Amino acid sequence: MRRALRWLLAVCVVAATTSVALAADLRPLVQSLGTGGYAGTEKGLAQLSEAGDPAAVPVIEALQAGDLYVRKADGVVVIARKAGSDYALTDPLGGASLGEAPAGAIEKIKVNNALRRAISASLGALTLMSPDAGIRRSAADAVFKSRDATALDALNTALAKEQDSSVRRAMEQARAAITLTAGASDEDTRVAVATLAGRSDQDALALLSSVASSSSASETAKAAAASAIASVQLKLTLWGVAQNLWYGLSLGSVLLLAAIGLAVTFGVMGVINMAHGEMVMIGAYTTFMVQELFRAHAPGLFDLSILVALPAAFLVSGGVGILIERSVIRWLYGRPLETLLATWGLSLALQQAVRSIFGPSNREVGAPSWMSGAFELGGLTITYGRLWIVVFAFAVFAALLVALKRTWFGLSIRAVTQNRPMANAMGIRTAKVDALTFGLGSGIAGLAGVALSQIDNVSPNLGQGYIIDSFMVVVFGGVGNLWGTLVGALTLGTLNKFLEPYAGAVLGKILVLIFIILFIQRRPRGLFALKGRAVEA
Amino acid sequence: MSAEDTLLYLDGVSVSFDGFRALNSLSLVMMPGEMRAIIGPNGAGKTTMMDVITGKTRPDHGTILFEGATDLTKLREASIANLGIGRKFQRPTVFEPHTVWDNLELALKAPRGPLKTLTYAIGRDDKARIEEILDVTRLSPKRDRIAGSLSHGEKQWLEIGMLLAQDPKLLLVDEPVAGMTDAETEQTAQLLCDIAGKHSVIVVEHDMSFVRALGVKVTVLAEGSVLAEGSLDAVSANQQVIDVYLGR
Amino acid sequence: MLTRFFLMGLDRKAGVVLTILALLAVLVPVSTLLVPADSPFHLSIFTVSLLGKYLCFALLALALDLVWGYCGILSLGHAAFFALGGYAMGMHLMRQIGPRGVYGNPVLPDFMVFLNWTELPWYWLGFDHFWFAALMVLAVPGALAFAFGWFAFRSRVTGVYLSIITQAMTFALLLAFFRNDMGFGGNNGLTDFKEILGADIQAPGTRVGLFVATVVALALSYMIASGIIGSKLGKVLVAVRDTESRVRFLGYNTEHYKLFAWTLSACMAGVAGALYVPQVGIINPSEFAPASSIEAVIWVAVGGRGTLAGAILGAVLVNFGKSYFTGALPELWLFALGGLFVAVTLFLPKGLLGLGAQLMARMPKSKSLPNGKPADQKGM
Repeated sequence: MRRALRWLLAVCVVAATTSVALAADLRPLVQSLGTGGYAGTEKGLAQLSEAGDPAAVPVIEALQAGDLYVRKADGVVVIARKAGSDYALTDPLGGASLGEAPAGAIEKIKVNNALRRAISASLGALTLMSPDAGIRRSAADAVFKSRDATALDALNTALAKEQDSSVRRAMEQARAAITLTAGASDEDTRVAVATLAGRSDQDALALLSSVASSSSASETAKAAAASAIASVQLKLTLWGVAQNLWYGLSLGSVLLLAAIGLAVTFGVMGVINMAHGEMVMIGAYTTFMVQELFRAHAPGLFDLSILVALPAAFLVSGGVGILIERSVIRWLYGRPLETLLATWGLSLALQQAVRSIFGPSNREVGAPSWMSGAFELGGLTITYGRLWIVVFAFAVFAALLVALKRTWFGLSIRAVTQNRPMANAMGIRTAKVDALTFGLGSGIAGLAGVALSQIDNVSPNLGQGYIIDSFMVVVFGGVGNLWGTLVGALTLGTLNKFLEPYAGAVLGKILVLIFIILFIQRRPRGLFALKGRAVEA
Repeated sequence: MSAEDTLLYLDGVSVSFDGFRALNSLSLVMMPGEMRAIIGPNGAGKTTMMDVITGKTRPDHGTILFEGATDLTKLREASIANLGIGRKFQRPTVFEPHTVWDNLELALKAPRGPLKTLTYAIGRDDKARIEEILDVTRLSPKRDRIAGSLSHGEKQWLEIGMLLAQDPKLLLVDEPVAGMTDAETEQTAQLLCDIAGKHSVIVVEHDMSFVRALGVKVTVLAEGSVLAEGSLDAVSANQQVIDVYLGR
Repeated sequence: MLTRFFLMGLDRKAGVVLTILALLAVLVPVSTLLVPADSPFHLSIFTVSLLGKYLCFALLALALDLVWGYCGILSLGHAAFFALGGYAMGMHLMRQIGPRGVYGNPVLPDFMVFLNWTELPWYWLGFDHFWFAALMVLAVPGALAFAFGWFAFRSRVTGVYLSIITQAMTFALLLAFFRNDMGFGGNNGLTDFKEILGADIQAPGTRVGLFVATVVALALSYMIASGIIGSKLGKVLVAVRDTESRVRFLGYNTEHYKLFAWTLSACMAGVAGALYVPQVGIINPSEFAPASSIEAVIWVAVGGRGTLAGAILGAVLVNFGKSYFTGALPELWLFALGGLFVAVTLFLPKGLLGLGAQLMARMPKSKSLPNGKPADQKGM
């Protein structure tokens, strides 16, 4: 069905393109590529670029890729691509299928180095005139990279017509690159250096350095280049810092998500839940299950699957949490070390249970379309997936903060944790509050699982990777203080990412662990410790 | 007043917890061999005062000198205890899994290093001393009982016994008669008075009849500083004291 | 002096433990080497190595119990000391391979040749001598424990916080030993050992010898540990476990006491690791995994924390169960282990031996009650 549709579409496209009058004018030029050896090909190529028709682009691209052939029988120029033992032939203009031919029936149009340069120049020139701003822009970037002087005329022509300011800038930079490479008057060089200084990347830096160190350039040009280099380097450093900050923020928000549920169970309730990581894992598997349901029953709505997975994971993980609290933890209040051991046992059993049900291998969790892709922000590349996780982590944090500070449930939690007998006396059902608080912490872990399923492998061991980090965050930030958890997560995330370039990922992590161990010695109760007599008790 | 000749010298000691001033420029002087009773309403800073003397809490400001020379604010609990300051807690804290005898043996004045205790073998003098304390505290018949199985009053006595075994120069006694019968209270008062000859004692107590039975100089604390000082009769007549404490 | 110290801790329970160990040290060699293979009393070499492995774990459990059961420090990183001891022994055994490795390099172990290293890193020097390696088995875990404990105890990190940072410590070591450029064989660790003290490491005689060495080490450690517990030092440790601040006000530097027990315990764990490695034939970074340390904790909990014999019993029982389950019902092992954690903490807080001791302790107490003074009945 789908193949038939595609075929139909292809036919329509072919019909449409062949009907364009210009295509007919190009045909003799295309044909001339295949005659007269290198010289003939070069001449044909020059004529094709002069014609200035974007329809020639696929032809030249095929030539560049070595896919352009001459059919020996009739001398027609075709695109040939290997299909089984034979070659599938297509019309270079329009792409209509021309059947198949054995290797012996066609001859490749050969390309030498001089031709290769001409090819990229003419491709650059042709695409510079494209009606699509994106294509024009990437063409300008291609010229910038190739620094091909033959593209200068085309570039000037295109610049004269260009309306879009960002494309214009790219073209000016490409022109400056050509100017600097080819060598020019002092004044031109100065202008070119100034233009390039606006482009703060390694390419610009390399170009400027070549000017600064060239023997032909004048002193003034060299000085201008040197100061431009300094400014580019500064910008590069700043963007590097910004990039690290973003990675740090991104890692920090992952840590925050993993740790924030723990901040509730450990920080607020004082319960050491070693099975916290498994609550995260259950959240991730819930996401997988929800996506399976969507794949099976409503593939069109797949983009919404994450939105459904969020409440589902919260409820499933929260439910498991309440079950654990009611069956095990409530018997162990006031015995933190025993709680630690019992919940570790639970984590082993939960891992094995998931392994038995879903198998030990990774499960595929897809990303909705609005979470895939990336965009550029100055010198930064930011993926939407990471951006959403940062936003999500802060949203969960804010929601939890509001829930604890502003709701009756939050008030009950605080009352119970601060003075259990008094809360009991005031008619708060402490057992119920305990269970719900633990459920809340576990539910938040489930939410973290939804987010982590987007960036990590969904396997029974998913949670184990996060449990130590989460504890580090909570302990570092200071137990019983949500803001401490926030600051702790972001600090550790950033610290990790700033250490990584110098020490490598593993050593960086080891250094962070050592840092925390030493930090705990200095401030045993963390960054935002509670003070006063109540703590001593 | 100069710090020389004094046993304990507190000057301008302040401590605050999260903005709450538990001690507010407290000044207090103890002479060697003196016994002092400290009274005051809840939150007056009595326990905090003991905490800063014994090194549990570091003061924000102020001087605390022991025997006129040693700065207690620089030392940790163990060093302060080894200088000769013993403490009995408000809630009796004894080593519950150990026997009464072992509790006293642990408290007994002896070298405190790990290697010294590893090779420690109890000598005749030490045995005699423990027997003596068992007699004084009436715990002789229970010497082999696990401390955790003692009654509240017995634990109070055991802790006083441990204090005696330490043989400190200064004893800080926090509410020694809480939970005791009248007879036991009287005995405790007698015991403390006997001790006072050889040692200095600070007693914190709410029980006025007990304080009266001690018959010593009284310091009234309120809101972290000294409100009045003098004999019990004198401070009882003080209008300020009546307002903040006795009158209520 | 020393004899008095050892005798001090020897009660009836110690007698039972030491007798069993002595019997093992005699009977196992006899039934392996002298009893003919077709006799029902014959033990295979495989079984001997398995028993030896259990006893190494028992020694680790004993070390852990000394700090957890008697000093209140729940270490979630004791396997790190075990593994460090094991690595020290493994390094010696690697050097003993000599030119018999795959690459035939007389000095460099195979993995270093593979990494194109040209000379031995400085920290491998000396390990060709057995006595040096034996010293390092004690010194490396001991030094790490001393440094770690010095900082942690001085700043009064206690309870759960201490447990969490011990876990962080072993996790950091796990990551470090996984790295190839650390020079400890990375992921694969150290293996393919050939001989120990000139004897073929696979030979039955060597295996039995290693087993006997393990029994002796365990017995010696048991005597040291019970000697300490029976001394006044042991009483201070228990007091620190229950009410640390009170002990400080008696003038004891509790940090020094904890540091003493902690470092000694780490050395014992190191010895256990060193005996473990030649018997199983490999040491790799997975021994550092936090899970190994926590598993050791459950051995102690099952047998009964605060009873040395319980630690040994728990280690042997749980590991026997593990061998059985992972062979017969591998799917169920983690359920069983997980269930064990929960069941022990909920229903057997004092472990198997603790249960018995608790019942026994209760009987004389109830008898002494009527003899007490009237003050007994009063009070709370």
